[in-house]
Amino acid sequence: MIKQQFEAPAKYKKWTYGLLAVGLVAFLAGFFFLGLSKDEHDQTRFWAGLLQNSLYFLMICNACMFFICINILGHSSWQTTFRRIPEAIAAVVPVFAVVSMLVFIAIVVGDQHHIYHWLDKDAVASDKILSWKKGFLNPTFFFVWTVITLVVWILVGRKIKQLSLRADEGEITGEEARQYIWNNTVWAGIFIVFFALTTGSTIPWLWLMSIDAHWYSTMYSWYTFMSSFVGGLALIALFVIFLKNQGYLEHTTSEQLHDIGKYIFAFSIFWAYLWFSQFMLIWYANIPEETIYFKPRLQGVYKGIFWFNFIVNFIAPILILMTRGSKRNYAIMTFMAMALVLGHWLDFYQMVMPGAMGDHFSLGWYEWGMLAFFSGMLMFFTGRALAKAPLVPKYHPYLKESLIHHT
Amino acid sequence: MTIKKFVVGCFDDENILFPAVKKVRKAGYKIHDVYTPFPLHGLDKELGMRDTSLHTVGFIYALTGLTTALGFISWILTKDWVQNYGGKPHFSLAAWIPIMFELTVLFSGVGMTLTFCYLCQLAPFVKKHHFHPRATDDQFVMVIECTSNTNVQEAENFLAAAGAKEVNVQMAETGWWLGRYDMNKKLFDNTTETVTA
Repeated sequence: MIKQQFEAPAKYKKWTYGLLAVGLVAFLAGFFFLGLSKDEHDQTRFWAGLLQNSLYFLMICNACMFFICINILGHSSWQTTFRRIPEAIAAVVPVFAVVSMLVFIAIVVGDQHHIYHWLDKDAVASDKILSWKKGFLNPTFFFVWTVITLVVWILVGRKIKQLSLRADEGEITGEEARQYIWNNTVWAGIFIVFFALTTGSTIPWLWLMSIDAHWYSTMYSWYTFMSSFVGGLALIALFVIFLKNQGYLEHTTSEQLHDIGKYIFAFSIFWAYLWFSQFMLIWYANIPEETIYFKPRLQGVYKGIFWFNFIVNFIAPILILMTRGSKRNYAIMTFMAMALVLGHWLDFYQMVMPGAMGDHFSLGWYEWGMLAFFSGMLMFFTGRALAKAPLVPKYHPYLKESLIHHT
Repeated sequence: MTIKKFVVGCFDDENILFPAVKKVRKAGYKIHDVYTPFPLHGLDKELGMRDTSLHTVGFIYALTGLTTALGFISWILTKDWVQNYGGKPHFSLAAWIPIMFELTVLFSGVGMTLTFCYLCQLAPFVKKHHFHPRATDDQFVMVIECTSNTNVQEAENFLAAAGAKEVNVQMAETGWWLGRYDMNKKLFDNTTETVTA
């Protein structure tokens, strides 16, 4: 029998609720012991942890919608058998958008200027660089652009999902199929253009780069985008393998897994390319205003995390995923995808923390608890979204091509 | 340079070709090769060919390129012609990574191309026998190599029964030769012993 409709197995539910429970305890403990603490370091730790996790999970979920859109624009068919999985992950974007919005409001209105230094009005007034950037780095612009961004992501994402659900209802043939593909193409194009204006450029400047308010790098947005994209791809791989093990997705074979593996392999290398491009120009020019960013990361207390990040996200995938066999191996792909989801979480950690916490960083119960909390949320809402629609878009015009896909 | 006897069958449909390959292999005939106008996915598997090792070779070339670049630059900039560039250390790995990367790509790219040409025996002026001119047009050409035990007539009939539109027997040079197509007349006229299905 073909299992079309996902039902979360007991083990999945157990893990989801377990992670949520652990995360909730960590969140409450964090709120009372850190968030309400008189100590500014503790407060910053609480909000920076929330910021890192909410942004990371928001951006990797949104990267799944980006994955669908590039495949639509490329008229690629290979992913049709499992495209409901990135769609389901992208369906969690509204949840994380609300969470991120709450965190932003708390940080900006609550004046957490240890995180966003540009919130400190006195500092901005007496600081030449910050007053130059005042037109961009101010609460009004921050909120207006953030709200626009989140709303467009959610609405266009929902539209693309609705178009996909059309493929469950009935045969799409001839002129209608052509029209269907064209509609998909137009909406995917709209999403990608907007994605380039947000994740590809302005949004990482606003949300993450402004933590180091004086510093800037033109590579930063691409770097963040690529980090979230590899995280999203690894997430897709994990869900595909999980569903496959549960007996779903019988049309998704090692051919499709091979292609997901190629994506992960290629974009891990591209991530490293951007990582290095950002580093090398700054290293070469050796200008104090710029090298300040790498000072704590390369020579300070974040040294270990910084290099570990590079090893997990570049050296490991390039060596492990290089051969054809390993990309088609479920165990190796599971291991690598897990490592990359964690690795890019750590990447976001080292983007946020040095600017926010300085030398007083900690990677303890609260940070891991937050990871558990947000992973639990992701699993809960993705599981719900997966259960809402059949796992294979039965009448999608490209489905047949996907079934006979061969690498 | 050996001249062997081949039984050649032309198919005009890949949906007939695939089962035919299976049947021919099952019957114990030795398939020399199948020539197709475009790549057919899965045909290599059907023919029982192993995966290519070209990527392993590529990896080795890449490592060669990487070590060549690293070795050569570090020798120049720390031993042979030491210079001070902007106060940077003489051994400045970060500055060399672009060059190391380029040489890695160059070595693996050029090396794999040449290896590919060698494996397929492709080079300027190198000629090989064509079993059927329409293999580059619209026909899938299956070539069975005859051994001393092969009953040629039986093989021809077998191919015809498997769906070949045109079957013939050819004596052909298996290796390559330099120069021109001395056999160019034969290329278009070798319709010896044609059996039509």
